[in-house]
Amino acid sequence: MDNYVIEMLGIRKEFPGIVANDNITLQVKQGEIHALLGENGAGKSTLMNVLFGLYQPEKGEIRVKGEKVNITDPNKANDLGIGMVHQHFMLVDTFTVTQNIILGSEPKQLGIVDLKKAEKEVVDLSERYGLKVDPQAKIKDISVGMQQRVEILKTLYRGAEVLILDEPTAVLTPQEIKELIGIMKTLIKEGISIILITHKLKEIMEVCDRCTVIRKGVGIGTVNVEETNTNELASLMVGREISFKTEKSASNPKQTVLRVDNLRVKDSRNVEMVKGLDLEVKAGEIIGIAGVDGNGQSELIEAITGLRKADAGSVFLNEKNITNLPPRKVTESGVSHIPQDRHKFGLVLDFPIGENMVLQTYYQKPYANSGVLSYSKIYRYAKSLIEQYDVRTPSAYTKARALSGGNQQKAIIAREVDRSPDLLIAAQPTRGLDVGAIEFIHKKLIEERDSGKAILLVSFELDEILNVSDKIAVMFDGKIVAIVRPQETNEQELGLLMAGSRKEKVGES
Amino acid sequence: MFSSRMFNILVPVISVILGLIAGALIMLIFGYNPILGYQALWDGAFGNVYFFGETVRQVTPYIFTGLAVAFAFRSGLFNIGAEGQVIIGWLASVWIGTSLHAPMIIHLPITIIGAALAGALWGFLPGLLKARLGVHEVIVTIMMNYIALHVSNAMIRNVLTDGSDSTEKVAESALLSSDWLMEITGYSRLHYGILIAFLAAFIMWFLLEKTTIGYELRSVGFNRHASEYAGMSVGKNIILAMVISGAFAGLAGAMEGLGTFGYMPTNSSFTNLGFDGIAVALLGGNTAIGSVIAAFLFGVLKIGSLNMPTTAGVPGELVEIVIALIIFFVASSYIIRWVILRFKKEGK
Repeated sequence: MDNYVIEMLGIRKEFPGIVANDNITLQVKQGEIHALLGENGAGKSTLMNVLFGLYQPEKGEIRVKGEKVNITDPNKANDLGIGMVHQHFMLVDTFTVTQNIILGSEPKQLGIVDLKKAEKEVVDLSERYGLKVDPQAKIKDISVGMQQRVEILKTLYRGAEVLILDEPTAVLTPQEIKELIGIMKTLIKEGISIILITHKLKEIMEVCDRCTVIRKGVGIGTVNVEETNTNELASLMVGREISFKTEKSASNPKQTVLRVDNLRVKDSRNVEMVKGLDLEVKAGEIIGIAGVDGNGQSELIEAITGLRKADAGSVFLNEKNITNLPPRKVTESGVSHIPQDRHKFGLVLDFPIGENMVLQTYYQKPYANSGVLSYSKIYRYAKSLIEQYDVRTPSAYTKARALSGGNQQKAIIAREVDRSPDLLIAAQPTRGLDVGAIEFIHKKLIEERDSGKAILLVSFELDEILNVSDKIAVMFDGKIVAIVRPQETNEQELGLLMAGSRKEKVGES
Repeated sequence: MFSSRMFNILVPVISVILGLIAGALIMLIFGYNPILGYQALWDGAFGNVYFFGETVRQVTPYIFTGLAVAFAFRSGLFNIGAEGQVIIGWLASVWIGTSLHAPMIIHLPITIIGAALAGALWGFLPGLLKARLGVHEVIVTIMMNYIALHVSNAMIRNVLTDGSDSTEKVAESALLSSDWLMEITGYSRLHYGILIAFLAAFIMWFLLEKTTIGYELRSVGFNRHASEYAGMSVGKNIILAMVISGAFAGLAGAMEGLGTFGYMPTNSSFTNLGFDGIAVALLGGNTAIGSVIAAFLFGVLKIGSLNMPTTAGVPGELVEIVIALIIFFVASSYIIRWVILRFKKEGK
């Protein structure tokens, strides 16, 4: 008999109209990293919320260390040693690391919080598990990776023995991901068991011992990671064969569409982030910008699209100077932009999905006539986009907020691609999406390229850059430090370039 | 789960009922009969044509201030300055009404538009400060209320009159009042303003829901970043929202200046029309039709409650408490809803 620390047997959870989990069994062994794999909306989060006491299952039972339990609320889950790190962190920005970790279970002396003692405990914990943090730093001053460590420490401080990590790598840079993997390995050595919710197959292959797959709310089964490969996992998850190598023919670049000359841009703290950058994108090619987050990619895109003022240099679109034009003018001259942060920039979440489809074109005919909106035309157009791009939504009148991340992204892509721009800027277009959706988006980008559009792709995922780009421009410290062809490079080399080691520019064409 | 429309209707209805129950409990505790009390309230609002006329007369400015606050709110702004905009609108209407001499067909529209423009100006300044310098509109509009109050008093004493505490009567050609309306309502102060109020509600609905201007305002209200990304000018829309909001509130002032009173007295304190407008807008779910309905409720409470001391013997102070409780429940329901939605948002 195996030593299971958590067993969820035959779990069924229904919501009005849908069965989110049906007969799912998940058994986690002591000291293993167990992956929970499934597409967006497959029911992973529901299952974990059941385990964490946020939902009550209709059927099935949960056992912790062999004993049947009834987890009625998250406090109960905490008491049983189950801790959860959510995808969106729950930290108080203006509090220090220590204050956040002890929040809710502060060590007290005569009713006064004993911060000294708390700090010592935090330091002890972080040393024991190899989670380096500065206990006195404020959350708002530390990186996302650090914040995640604080979240993990928070659960450990409460005595968690089973850690649920909800897509922990979605927000991290490649370096931070490496560190997190190291941390997870230390944690299991210390006897902690980890449930890793993810749809990134590579990570599963790298760190996990076993993997339970869910598809459309149904448990497909559990496999030993050693005995499987990414292709098998992907087809288990999606239910069909998935091609990882995106099919594409050689590019056929034509005239220059975007030219950036010696561009300099400051960020909102007035620090120069783009430092004299040159870049060219031709019609019919995809230029992928590889780089670690924070090397000026966001500022570059914001300057091109008019969202941020450039301090020096110029941006040309089809040989027309568009430097520092307002966003509307940039859009009208033929630029589409799939923004990195789809909730902040890409969508008005409280608008129906239909109204979001005309976010840049609402004032143009046929969607408006002398200032009066034509909803029938707007929705007819929206419905055709929804169909064409397979946006899964109850209707075009549903608020964008109610859609899953993947479908929100599809809606944005539908809107941006369908405007048929000369230049399509895609920033992190597949962030947080499952392989099915990623495949779809990559195909779309290549289709657009083949129809003669210039495409600028910014991504922190090296796989994506290598797979989709025709040329890779490596960005480091506000400049393009190298241009390489994906066939002639590999992850190691790109990683070095992204970290700032020099290389001669190649492939000038 | 409720659909959001059900939710929007149910929440205010339940909160009004809760408020009425709480008011009844207070009356019981102090030894008054709540049934008689509410009977008196009802009679005071609908008991005869005079009361009904007065109720509608009171509803008129409430519709405008409700629309003003709701309009700003839909654009993501909190216009606490409706009060000051009412006062300035009132002052402008009386000023033009007393100083200009023209036939009614010219005089009345000019006077009404003047009041709207004055209110719009009072909204423009906080809008400008917000758009250009990021100064929070709540702070500025609160201060603008005081400026409006004291400026108008000073103007009445020193410019419009020679040290008097109220202005002259507005010329006949600029009055909204009608002998016919007064006659059929037992000589209440009912005036034609209610029709303008309905028109204004229609305009707000049309502007927000049907035009590209409204699309931009709502978009900016929901998500500034996405609006900027989509090429809208956030600053322009903030100013526009405050200007239109101020114009609505200014018209509420015109209702008082040209309809109810026909002059303007110096005010030692605020009229409260603007502040009540906040409650009207919240109760009405920040929609045009909702504001109209909520304004009726507030008008009924305000006018009907005048009858409670005389008929049911409930002292005036207690009546105020009962009314305040109803408003409290309305407002707190809004808070509850807001909290629920906030949590939902963060849970995502």
